[in-house]
Amino acid sequence: MPQIRLTTPFTDEVVEKLRIGQRVLLNGILYTARDAAHKKMVELLDRGEELPIPIKGQVIYYVGPSPAKPGRVIGSAGPTTSGRMDPYAPRLLALGLKGMIGKGKRSPEVIKAVKQYKAVYFAAVGGAAALLARAIKSCRVVAYPELGPEAIHELVVEDFPVIVVNDVLGGDLYEEGVKIYAGR
Amino acid sequence: MRLVDAATITATVAELCQKANYELGEDVLAAFKEALGQEISLTGKDVLQQLLENARIAREEQVPMCQDTGFAVVFLEVGQEVAITGGNLYEAVNEGVRRGYQEGYLRKSIVDHPLRRKNTGDNTPAVIHTRIVPGDKLKIIVAPKGGGSENMSGLRMLKPAEGVEGVKKFVIEQVRAAGSNPCPPVVVGVGIGGTFEKAALLAKEALLRPLGQPHPDAEIACLERELLEAINNLGIGPQGLGGRTTALAVHVEVFPCHIASLPVAVNINCHASRHKEAIL
Repeated sequence: MPQIRLTTPFTDEVVEKLRIGQRVLLNGILYTARDAAHKKMVELLDRGEELPIPIKGQVIYYVGPSPAKPGRVIGSAGPTTSGRMDPYAPRLLALGLKGMIGKGKRSPEVIKAVKQYKAVYFAAVGGAAALLARAIKSCRVVAYPELGPEAIHELVVEDFPVIVVNDVLGGDLYEEGVKIYAGR
Repeated sequence: MRLVDAATITATVAELCQKANYELGEDVLAAFKEALGQEISLTGKDVLQQLLENARIAREEQVPMCQDTGFAVVFLEVGQEVAITGGNLYEAVNEGVRRGYQEGYLRKSIVDHPLRRKNTGDNTPAVIHTRIVPGDKLKIIVAPKGGGSENMSGLRMLKPAEGVEGVKKFVIEQVRAAGSNPCPPVVVGVGIGGTFEKAALLAKEALLRPLGQPHPDAEIACLERELLEAINNLGIGPQGLGGRTTALAVHVEVFPCHIASLPVAVNINCHASRHKEAIL
């Protein structure tokens, strides 16, 4: 399959060109965050405070890695189910978050926000955690160390493989893809 | 009487927890390769290739194939002529899980209470199913089960009049509703008959059968083929991104049941259909 190589952070122009079904190799920085970190970030915003990470143009990876073996950067690190982050995501997209990586369908609200704020939702292959960990070259905690594996980590990745699922046109590969192959 | 030392059980369980998470079975790998040959979606093919590559890396580097290293579900077949020495059987198993998950750098995903939810820190307790069998051997099967796929399971108490058609409808709807969540291509375990809890256990036991091995009863084997075809016609495909390969296999187990009942349970496993066994 043809692949597109992209480097984070993203601009509007970059995400505007992406279409569902495209395979993308990501380079640069990804921030990890899952349930607990999202909850904390939204609480900060409710109090009118600054987020602990620069959100503009960035990409968040929903992941809770297994413990790193000695001498390794990170343990196995596959995507977790994105749906649990749906209540928080539109808020971050409105602030300039450009990309999310996880697995599974997003809510209509998230799909709408992806379109409205010009962003992209990527799926990484659920369970391909040993393969994905190989693309992670460094990992450091940047916020909420008390959350352990759920802390926000800054990852530097090289050719991290993802697939475009929701794009700026409102497309949804989970819907379109299944329609194409149903009954065949 | 044959004596089996609790320490041996602990060491065996610890090793099985790691092997199950690092080394995907040959049957599953063969099923991936077969699916790759039949898949018509390019995205689907890409996903299957990544899964094969992932399994290779995990085995070679002895790291977990998935970061969700699961609930340790342990099946014990205890020969009635076996005596356990030097400790309690269940404590020995739990100590094995504790060691295996710690020493193997496996993720600890178990909370101590379903509502208070504090992580136990060592992935215990295990869920242990024990069967007393003839003989003087102890068989241990460790089947780590991830949360994403387990959450997509279901059970329905059908009316006997709904029959096999009712069973098929329920199984297919369950897989359709699960969509991309259980990380397809999945393995579908189906338990039909028994009671409420027996059906659920049958569905889980069905996941332990090697992929590609049909049920010995021809009628049930036929039902398995029909269900697999119907599920693969849903179009969900690898990772739910569209394609032919939604399930690698459907395994059905049956048990006698009450004249008034027709319980059906569906237990879905992700593509990391993990289990390893040892006989002591």
